[in-house]
Amino acid sequence: MTSTTVTRATFFAPTLGKRLATIALLVYVVYAAATLGLSLDRVEKGIGYGARFLAGFFPPNFTETDILPGLLESLQIAFLSSLFGTALAIPIAVLAARNLMPAWVTWIARLVIIFCRSFHPVIIAIIAVKAVGFGALAGIIALTFASVGFVGKLLSEAIEEISLKQIEAVRATGASFMGVIAFGVIPQVMNRFIGFVAYETDSNLRNSTMVGVVGAGGIGGTLFSAFQRFDYSFVAGIIICIIGLVMIGEVLQIYVKRVFR
Amino acid sequence: MSTLSIKHLVKEYVPGKPVLKDISLDIEGRGITAIIGPSGTGKSTLIRCINRLINPTSGEIIFEGQDLAKLSGQALREARRRIGMVFQEYNLVERLTVMENVLSGRLGYMGAWDAWRRNFSDADIQKAFALLTRVGLADFANRRADELSGGQRQRVGIARAVMQSPGLLLADEPTSSLDPKTSVEIMEVMRDLAAENDIPVMINIHQVELGKRFAQRVIGMSGGLVVYDGAPDGMDDGILKKIYGGESWLAT
Repeated sequence: MTSTTVTRATFFAPTLGKRLATIALLVYVVYAAATLGLSLDRVEKGIGYGARFLAGFFPPNFTETDILPGLLESLQIAFLSSLFGTALAIPIAVLAARNLMPAWVTWIARLVIIFCRSFHPVIIAIIAVKAVGFGALAGIIALTFASVGFVGKLLSEAIEEISLKQIEAVRATGASFMGVIAFGVIPQVMNRFIGFVAYETDSNLRNSTMVGVVGAGGIGGTLFSAFQRFDYSFVAGIIICIIGLVMIGEVLQIYVKRVFR
Repeated sequence: MSTLSIKHLVKEYVPGKPVLKDISLDIEGRGITAIIGPSGTGKSTLIRCINRLINPTSGEIIFEGQDLAKLSGQALREARRRIGMVFQEYNLVERLTVMENVLSGRLGYMGAWDAWRRNFSDADIQKAFALLTRVGLADFANRRADELSGGQRQRVGIARAVMQSPGLLLADEPTSSLDPKTSVEIMEVMRDLAAENDIPVMINIHQVELGKRFAQRVIGMSGGLVVYDGAPDGMDDGILKKIYGGESWLAT
């Protein structure tokens, strides 16, 4: 028997492809920075502007009366769009799961999810404002779309990862499709589903403060007009309130997850 | 009349390469029928063809006057209710409680809306609790299934199958994931519950000795065919060589 020499290179040989990919990545980083005019000089100048701008934030102004109504409207937009979005996402996610549905059904459901995920909520908000007019309804529509895309995608992936052995056992009892969903699928994805919805609500809360910039309701409109008036102390007041709201949402999210573990 | 009558059953996962080549069997009355044979010879496929978790390519499976091979939709689900199944890896829904797992044996008898609301009848709940008591797990009724040991899980799996009020119990290597002592205990539970409820049992098993000890009839399969069908006592080394091939593994 002939003996073969076995070295590290036998199993971990660097390939030409890997080397070329590394070089290409480095070249692109340099190219992208150069074409955008990113130089140290430009960064230094930018930081100077930023410092002056931030100085305008102090002292933050909370006295304006339209902070609270704006925040409450944002909160309501976030809550309602999470509710509607999740309710729509559940059936779509089940239809999109490749281990439960025939391929052609999953493709239709997948297209719906991809469509909902294609656009940033602000872009959908701009379209919704044109379609249904200024105000909270446009914001709810925009964030509902985003929620369907997000929860639909993650939930359908969670369903695809469930243990088919448990499904097989429930099917073997003679359970109907909905019975299998109730006793085989939902128990396996419930935990993660709660996590997705909590994250989605949190994300909607942040986004609901932004859709107002394009006129779709909530605190964002107030923030944007304060910017346009160069009223930076009011801007600072609003931003601090938004941070507070998001932090409250974060704490609630931890609590909800703990309850449903 | 036999409980289950399989005629010329063929299953091909890949066309032209049958895993089951023309199996014909009759299972009658009560008692345990053990199916032995090497891995990959189609024992699991045979068991799963009976309750149509796998669709047979051709042949008939007559059970309670119906050809199961021809059923679909509602009729298939109603036929499945009468066939309990016990799995090698227990296949409990891990995040449900022990009680919910046992009660899931009734899902075939109830509508989806009742299932979603856990709206089981009092009779079902009493029966489930009685079965849990019978297998020694009454204290675990509200525990989550993933908190249980392997032997305990398999007891729940058997209770779930019996909960279906089945006319036939299928078991796919129910002891292969368990230690020898627990394996015997599980076989005892299955034998006793089947006898009490008058259910014939078909069981795939790798441990030949365990199969011979509990079964009244042994079917040896090899290469997708039945090569032995008879009393456990008739299983001598010659037969085992025929089923598993070779002889170096046999104790001298």
